[in-house]
Parts: sequence; C-alpha cells; structure tokens
Amino acid sequence: MNRETAPTDWKGAVMQKRIAGRYAAERRFRLIGLGAVLLSGAFLAFLLFVMVGNGARGFTYTHVAVPIDFKAMPLTIDKSRLGDADADQVIANAGLADIVAFAADEALGTGGSAMISENAWKEVRSAIKDDPELLGSKTVFELPASSEVDMAAKDGGKGALGAAVATLKADGKLSTGIHWPFFRNADATDPAVAGIWGALKGSVLTIFIAFLIAFPTGVLAALYLEEYAPKNRWTDLIEVSINNLAAVPSIIFGLLALAVFINWFGLCQASPLVGGLTLALMTMPVIVIASRNAIKSVPPSIRDAALGVGASPVQVVFHHVLPLALPGILTGTIIGMARALGETAPLLLVGMRAFIGDVPGGICSPSTVLPMQIFLWSDEVDRGFVEKTSAAIIVLLVVLLSMNAFAIYLRNKFEKRW
Amino acid sequence: MTFNAAALLLLIAGLALIGWLAGRARSSLLAGRAGTKLHSRPQYHGWYVALWLFAPAALFLAVWAAVSPGLITNQVLSSEAAQSLPSFGFERGAVLSDARNVALGNQDKVRMPAAAGLVKPYADASHKYAWIGIAAMLALALAGGLYAFTRIRPDFRARTRVEKIVMLLLLLASLVAILTTFGIVLSLLFESIRFFRLVSPAELLFGTNWAPTSGAPVDDTFGGIPLFWGTVLIGAIIAMIVAIPIGMMTAVYLTQYAAPRVRQWVKPILEILAGVPTVVYGYFAALTVAPALRNFAVMLGIPNASTESALAAGIVMGVMIIPFVSSMADDSINAVPQAMRDGSLALGATPNETIRQVLIPAALPGVMGGILLAVSRAIGETMIVVMAAGLSANMTANPFASVTTVTAQIVKLLTGDQEFDSAKTLAAFALGLVLFIVTLLLNIVALRIVKKYREAYE
Repeated sequence: MNRETAPTDWKGAVMQKRIAGRYAAERRFRLIGLGAVLLSGAFLAFLLFVMVGNGARGFTYTHVAVPIDFKAMPLTIDKSRLGDADADQVIANAGLADIVAFAADEALGTGGSAMISENAWKEVRSAIKDDPELLGSKTVFELPASSEVDMAAKDGGKGALGAAVATLKADGKLSTGIHWPFFRNADATDPAVAGIWGALKGSVLTIFIAFLIAFPTGVLAALYLEEYAPKNRWTDLIEVSINNLAAVPSIIFGLLALAVFINWFGLCQASPLVGGLTLALMTMPVIVIASRNAIKSVPPSIRDAALGVGASPVQVVFHHVLPLALPGILTGTIIGMARALGETAPLLLVGMRAFIGDVPGGICSPSTVLPMQIFLWSDEVDRGFVEKTSAAIIVLLVVLLSMNAFAIYLRNKFEKRW
Repeated sequence: MTFNAAALLLLIAGLALIGWLAGRARSSLLAGRAGTKLHSRPQYHGWYVALWLFAPAALFLAVWAAVSPGLITNQVLSSEAAQSLPSFGFERGAVLSDARNVALGNQDKVRMPAAAGLVKPYADASHKYAWIGIAAMLALALAGGLYAFTRIRPDFRARTRVEKIVMLLLLLASLVAILTTFGIVLSLLFESIRFFRLVSPAELLFGTNWAPTSGAPVDDTFGGIPLFWGTVLIGAIIAMIVAIPIGMMTAVYLTQYAAPRVRQWVKPILEILAGVPTVVYGYFAALTVAPALRNFAVMLGIPNASTESALAAGIVMGVMIIPFVSSMADDSINAVPQAMRDGSLALGATPNETIRQVLIPAALPGVMGGILLAVSRAIGETMIVVMAAGLSANMTANPFASVTTVTAQIVKLLTGDQEFDSAKTLAAFALGLVLFIVTLLLNIVALRIVKKYREAYE
C-alpha cells in the first residue's frame, strides 16, 4: 500500500456542487413524499366535497303552495268511512287526484298540474284523513313539487320552466325545506316520495342477523384456536382457511350464498335472513383474527394465577381471559360490522337488488340495504335521484364513521397496556 | 295449528331455564342434607340439567323442521283429492304451494281451482304432523331433563361434563371456517362442472369472444380472454400505477420524515379512505371521474373515448387501495433493523439515499408481498367496475375505452332473468372459480414471501 492518494478536497468546487446536488435530491424526495400524503388527503377531501355538495340538497325539497277549495270542488265521499281500513281506496276512487290537479292548474296557471309531484295528492289524502273538516273549507296545501321544478328551483332552471319557476319564487309560492319523507319512506319511482327508511331498516335487520351469527362463532373459534387447540394438521387447516377466507373477494361469498342458501336450502330470496347469513360468513374471519390478537395480548401470568388457585381451563378462559380481551374483541367486531354494512357485491347476487317499495316487515320479507339503495338510485334516469343518491351516501358515511369512531373510543377507553 | 319452529325453540329455552333453576336448587339441597361438599358448584348442576333438556329437543326440532314438509306432502298426495293432479312438473308444484299457502293462512283463498280440494287435506296433515312433532319434542325434553335431574348427587362431576360440552362447542365454532371454505370450493366446483359439460374449459380460458346468450350455448361465445384482460388492465395495471407510487411514498414519508404528531393525524385519515364503502367509490367514479376523463380524452382527440372508461375505474380503485399498500409498506419498512439505517446514515448517506439504497431494497420482499395482496384485492373488487367500467367485452389497450372485468360479468350474468340451469348463470360460477383460484394463489404466494422475509430478520 504505497500508493499515495490525495485526500478528497471537500471544500473544492466539484465536491461542493456534488453535495449541493445530493441535498437538493434530498429536498426533492422529501417534497415528493409530502406530495403523496397530500394527494391521498386531497382525494378524500374531493370525494367528501363532491358527495356533501351534491347530497346536502338531497335532504331538502321544494314545495308549492296550492290552495284547494273543497266547497267549489266537493269530494263526494261518506265521511264515516274515513276511519275504515280501506279509507285510502275510498278517497282515491272519489277522484281526489283530479281535484288536486285541477286546483294546481288553477293556482299555477296552465300546466300547473305538471309542476306538482304526481304523488302530491296522497299528501292531501293523509291530511284529509287526519282532519275530515278540511273537506268543507278552502285550505292552502304545501304540496311537493315535481322533480323538474325542484331541480329548477334549486339550480335556477332554463327555458319556459325556469321562467315559470322564477315567477313562482317571486310570488312566494315556493318553499324549500327539510324533506322528512326522505327519512320516512321506502324506495319509490318518484324522487318526491322516495326515501331511505326501507333500506335503512333492511340494513339494520341484515347486520343484526350477521352479528348474531358471526360474533359468537368468531369469538368461540378464536378462543379455541388461541387457548385450547392442539398443534396438529387439523388446527393448521383451520388457521389456513380462516386466513384465506379473510382475503377471498366478497363476490365469491355471494356465489356461495346463491348456490347454498337459496338454491339448496331454499331460504327466502332477497331477505335480510339470507343477506345476514352471507355477511356473517364474510365477517367471521375478520372477527376471529381481531379476537385472536386481543386474546393474545392478555398476559400469561393471569392464566397462571387462575390455574394456580384451582380454576379449570374452561373457567380460566371464561372468567378471566375473555372479559379482559373483550374490549379488543368488540373493537374488531364493530370494525368488521361496519365493513359488512357498506358491502354491496355479495348481496347483489342473492337478489337484494329488486325494487322494494315497502318497508321490510321481518327477516324473511324482501328488502334492500342502504348501499344497495345507493347503487339502485345511481342507475335512475331521473335527475332528481342524483342528489338523493348523494344524500343516501352521506347517511351511510355518517353511520359508518360513527361506528368506527365508537370502536376507536372503546379501544382507547378500555384497552389495557400490560 | 301449524309448526312454528321459532316459538317452540323459545318454549324449550324456557323449559331449560326451569331445568337450570331446578338442578341448581336440588344440588344445594342434597349437599346440605348429606352434609358433604359438592364436587361442582351448584350452577354447573343447573347447566347440566338445562343442557340435557335443551340439546336433544333442539336437535329434534331442527330435524323435524326439515323432514315434516315432505311427510305432509306425502300424506296430501295419497289423499283422494290429489289423484286428479297433473302428474309432473311446474303446474303440479304451483297447485300444491297454492293449497299450502291457504292451509297455513298465508293467503285468503285459492288462486287455482285445482287447489281448492287440497286445502283441507293439507290443513289436516299439517295439523297432525305439528302435533306429533310437538309431542315428541316435549317428550324428549322432559326425558332428557329428568335423566339429568336424577343423576345429581353431591359427588356428581357436573362441571367436567358441562366443560366437555363447552369444548365441543368451541371446536364446532372453529370448524365453521373450514365448512365455509369447503362450501365455497364445492359449490363453485359443482356448478362449474355443470358449465364445463356445456362449454369446454379451453374455450372459457383461451377463447377471445365473449357474447353469452341465453338458451343453449352457441359455439365461441364464452371466451374469457377479454374479461381477463379487462380485469388485469383495471386491477393490476392502472390501479397499481396509481396505488404503488402514492402508497409507497406515503409510507416512506410517514415512517421516515413526518413528526409523530403529523403521523398521528394522517394515519386515521388514510384509514377513512380505506373505510369508504366501494359503492361510494363506484358512484364517485361514474359521476365525477369518468365524465371528466372522457372530456379530457375527447380534447386530446383519442378515439373510442367512453364515459365508462377503464381509466376511471382503475384510478378510483387505485385510490381505494392506497391505504392498503401504504400500511403494508409501512410494516415492511419498520421491520428493517434499525442498525442498517443507522449504519448507512453514519457513512454519510443522506436520508433519501438511505431510504432508496438500503431500506427499500431490504424491505422489498415484504413490499412485493403487500403489492400481490393489493392486486388480489383489486381484481376481486366488484362495485367500482360494475358502476364505472361498463359491460362491453373489448380487447383494447386504450385506457379511455370501455372494458369489462370478471366480477362485473358475474354480476351481469346473475342479475336479471334467472334460470338456474342455463349456461349463462353457470358461466358465472365458472368465472367465480377462476377468480377464486387466482386470488387464492396470489394470497398464498404473498403470505409466503412476507413470512419468509420476516423470519430472515428475526
């Protein structure tokens, strides 16, 4: 090693330039990283912005003030039958729809009947059923506008309709307010009366069934695998299948449910029962994995102490390990259930995409779920459904976020660090 | 009187509660009288009686609920009124179910005149079998309860027996996972085999024309290549071009540069991105992203620009996958030993050089595993492609054109008019089988890579 090398000249121009270049690269890299984070955040913000921007208007609806004079246009019905079960039919047969349409024409000018919703007379009907005295007097009804008028009133429409709406607005005949039928009704073809209550109830029933099945099964399976299972080939098989099931695409569960629950067992199609069973199979592996982690984090000294004072292995687990692991298990379960609540694909295949105009009565009656309602409305041609879809999305996101927030709260409040 | 399984289950649950109380009371009583200590605490004796009361009766209830409709139908068919029924097929079933609905009170009157004579035999038969079932169930419950009750002694090992049953229950619960896996494999295989009797597997896997029609399968209409290509284009190419760089850089920034407080806020925000339901992403892609991309493509003068473009679905799917890629990369980078990072920094490398030349190469196997898992998730994703990617099976590399995917076609084949035997519906199961096998392989390979690599550093 005789060769003499000159020491690197760090102060020289070449080296200084090289160092500056390396530091610049460092800054660039760091900025790219920050950019990636900001980009992900921006996607989320944009998504929420679009949904809230579209959806906030879906919670409101435009109503038109229409005076109806029942003295001039009497509705000839027997008032004593208004309390009967078939009162709806009686009023409909008496021609209330025509009277309302005529009153609208008279109040709003020609074409006025097209400016109110085709279901507007049903509101008048329920008002009459509540108070039969209306039939003898002249009353101003706030009737839901037709979908086009509603859009024009919110957007400022163009053409003849836009002008007519602007006139009505100037006359103070239009009012826009919170649209309660959106929270009370089931699906309908008319945006004026379509609501999410049917889908929401379907979702609740479906998730309830899924929870009822997946939670006990998942927790018991996790207890077995973590506490008792002998190390053998069978246990390995169970572990492998649980890990794989957690990664199987959700639509495959839909195929399974279609083939087994509907075609073999003949369970009621499109019902919360079948939907709940499908989602239960899907969420069970998630619950098992979360529960195993929670059980694993209970320190062995607790088990040893319980065994030491004479508890049996089953008592150790059910009296000590399970209660201590429960917060972690519940957190995992809520997150799994939130995911199941947002799931659509497997339910498409078991028939829950049909149009359901009624609020589901029980676990075996045809129903739909909230994400499915969003999917169905997104296919509607009527422009009025665009904002209804976004409004339903807001409701779904609020439910999901509060479930997740509750899970995080549970975790922070009850989780022990040993 | 009809057979209402739910109400009867409630009834025997109530009986079991009585059995529990009785068993508990008797064991303490016996112990007090004999002046000895119980082997098991009183509630275990109670559980023992309750289980003997409940389990056999519930088992019988399940079997009876499955068997009795067949018995009832047999009796109805042997009645005189049934001799005039059409001998086979759909009409016969319709008449029978019409009569059944009236007999069970589900509808007021018969819709088909042929069913009128069958209502009474149906009502009689269901009445008879309901009573037989209830009587047998109660007898079983009481017999079981009495047997257990008489076995109670101060030195009776009730706890051991109850715990054995608990263990059995735990084992059964963990078998549900295997059962589900077998259910998936068998149902997919079973229906796929029926499909492959009509259409050869080679056609599905290598054919290039996808145009399934109802009725008898026409030659060369079940070629799956356009679907596979669409799936790969959207899920494995476009989505990954979006998700991998952004996800990786996010993970690098969060683990290496960001202050703990920033990380604490950004991570939950990313988790929100992962928690948004896919139907919302699908709607967002169809409503906002797709029209914007189409206008952009038209502006550039790209032919075949469609509002249902592969690009819109792929980009949105990529955004959905970002948190997944980022958390996998996060884990792998964190698993690289601190000494390697410190060594590199000590030699004078900048953090950027350390990350690119030391950390990422060292974390690469884990990152690759994570990417494979992300691909498997992307190709199984359904709602985004159903809503945004369209249904026309094109073989094109133009990302602005419309392509379709395996999952979108499964949904299309199985919704709408359903005849369960047509080649069209069976094809959905064959596609499902292909999807299942591919995602399974991806998962197995990915988990192997991740596991092997973790062991190398521990």
